[in-house]
Amino acid sequence: MNRPVLPLLAILVALLFAASLLIGPAALGLRESLSALFGGQGGPVVLVMQEIRLPRAILGLCVGAVLGLSGAAMQGFLRNPLAEPGLIGVSSTAALGAVLSLQTGLAAAFALALPLAALAGAAVSVALVLWMAGPRGGALALILAGIAISALAGALTSLILNLSPNPFAAMEIVYWMMGSLADRSMTHVWLAVPFMAAGSLLLLATGRSLDALTVGEDAARSMGVDIRRLRLLIVIGTAAAVGASVAVAGAIGFVGLVIPHLLRPLVGGQPSRLLPAAALGGAAMVLASDIAVRVVAPDQDLKLGVLTALVGAPFFLHLLWRMRGLEA
Amino acid sequence: MTLTLQNLTVRRSDRVAVQDVSLTVGKGEFVGLLGPNGAGKTTLLRAALGLLPHEGVSSLAVLSPAARARAAAFLPQTREIAWPVRVADVVALGRAPHPAGRAGDAAAVDRALTRMGLSDYRDRIATALSGGEQARVLIARALAQDTPLLLADEPVAGLDPAAQLRTMKVFADLANEGRSVIASIHDLGLAALHCTRLVMVERGRIVADGAPRDVLTDALLARVFDVRGFHADTPDGPVFQPLATVR
Repeated sequence: MNRPVLPLLAILVALLFAASLLIGPAALGLRESLSALFGGQGGPVVLVMQEIRLPRAILGLCVGAVLGLSGAAMQGFLRNPLAEPGLIGVSSTAALGAVLSLQTGLAAAFALALPLAALAGAAVSVALVLWMAGPRGGALALILAGIAISALAGALTSLILNLSPNPFAAMEIVYWMMGSLADRSMTHVWLAVPFMAAGSLLLLATGRSLDALTVGEDAARSMGVDIRRLRLLIVIGTAAAVGASVAVAGAIGFVGLVIPHLLRPLVGGQPSRLLPAAALGGAAMVLASDIAVRVVAPDQDLKLGVLTALVGAPFFLHLLWRMRGLEA
Repeated sequence: MTLTLQNLTVRRSDRVAVQDVSLTVGKGEFVGLLGPNGAGKTTLLRAALGLLPHEGVSSLAVLSPAARARAAAFLPQTREIAWPVRVADVVALGRAPHPAGRAGDAAAVDRALTRMGLSDYRDRIATALSGGEQARVLIARALAQDTPLLLADEPVAGLDPAAQLRTMKVFADLANEGRSVIASIHDLGLAALHCTRLVMVERGRIVADGAPRDVLTDALLARVFDVRGFHADTPDGPVFQPLATVR
């Protein structure tokens, strides 16, 4: 199992990042694109490269990385390969915050209202989940609290759609919830990246504790792992990273579920080695999907979240199929 | 002295699971913790480590988690290996409490694998092994922690006879090296044969504590375990075999 997984994944991500910069509806030459990216004054090409494609590629990289990373951390903490970052309610409450800002018109009045409302939603979910799971709450309490909060946030989102007097507003909400990286600016990058970076640092710090947790909670504690601190790192790290991701890209499903599962055998199963690999793998999946939505249906505005779910759901079924085979 | 418990009491929601237990275990002792199902053996071990809220004092529970991890290793009753990891990687987890020292770590892992007869298993995927083999891997994990004290909750349950005997021998060897082992055991015969001292628990209280022949008496076995059995002294050591229930 000593294959150089991380370097290969890093090369793949670098290639996809470059491809994301170079592929788009505006047919630009390679040399033209690169010179516009790294310099140049004004002009439509410079505008396209620096204001449209660069933020899109950066967000694709970061959103994918935090989804893969938090998925791997969540699976490691709950010792369950079917866990995903949305399990603790972060994604659905962040989406509820965003939907509220769309419905109230705040998002139209003030450009950053939507991502800020989504981040506020994520913060509320952290407070709620930690309070409901209790100070000594174990993994099961955390999952149940997360499910309850997700259900409540989902119901409130549906209620907003249900009561929406304006069909165009409802349409906008529905499209936003599908998840996309189109038409994001560097402002979105500057808003989201600090939260994603901070959350990722917290999650990357959990590697050795997650390794110990492989042999169970009691054994891990007897080896000196502080489970309460670990739980706090996982919940707050996931909320910051995934909350920021939902804030700028909407709900992009299945990356956090599929990527850790796909890469686990390649890194020898250990959670500490899976964390960085899943971050790179998630970045590769979202960058590739975001290129695909531009190439497959350039005129249709195919949503990124729709594509990742289309690819991810059959994989999930395959996973269940294999598990059934093992249990038989 | 390796472990001292003073008036340890553990309350679970509606009942007292461990009541007023005081116990001192010194170097070189291999203590068998006996008691019927539900007597409080697991609760006692977990509380001694500080994994459960308790009243009274445990010399382990007052340590910082890092210091405790270097003082005592714990083998929980629930055998769990969550991910498809190599056997050697599972065993190496036991080295986590120790300041990084690659050479010493590798030597400790090798020693633990050899002691549990797992040298040929080191590159196998742990989750693909049988239940008994996984149990041996997890014992090796606890051995690799290389602590003066080992607490093991039903270490020999589910092992084949050779592995049971080998495991008991390993624990007895640890005691001979000057360490201490406390293991909860249901097999009274194995306990009689290998332990230097037996502690019998009934409904959360210690009812007997001493040399095997003084604890496995007909009266105590009938009262606490509802069994009678066959005793003999053989060249291999004391033998006890339960034969029938009393009531």
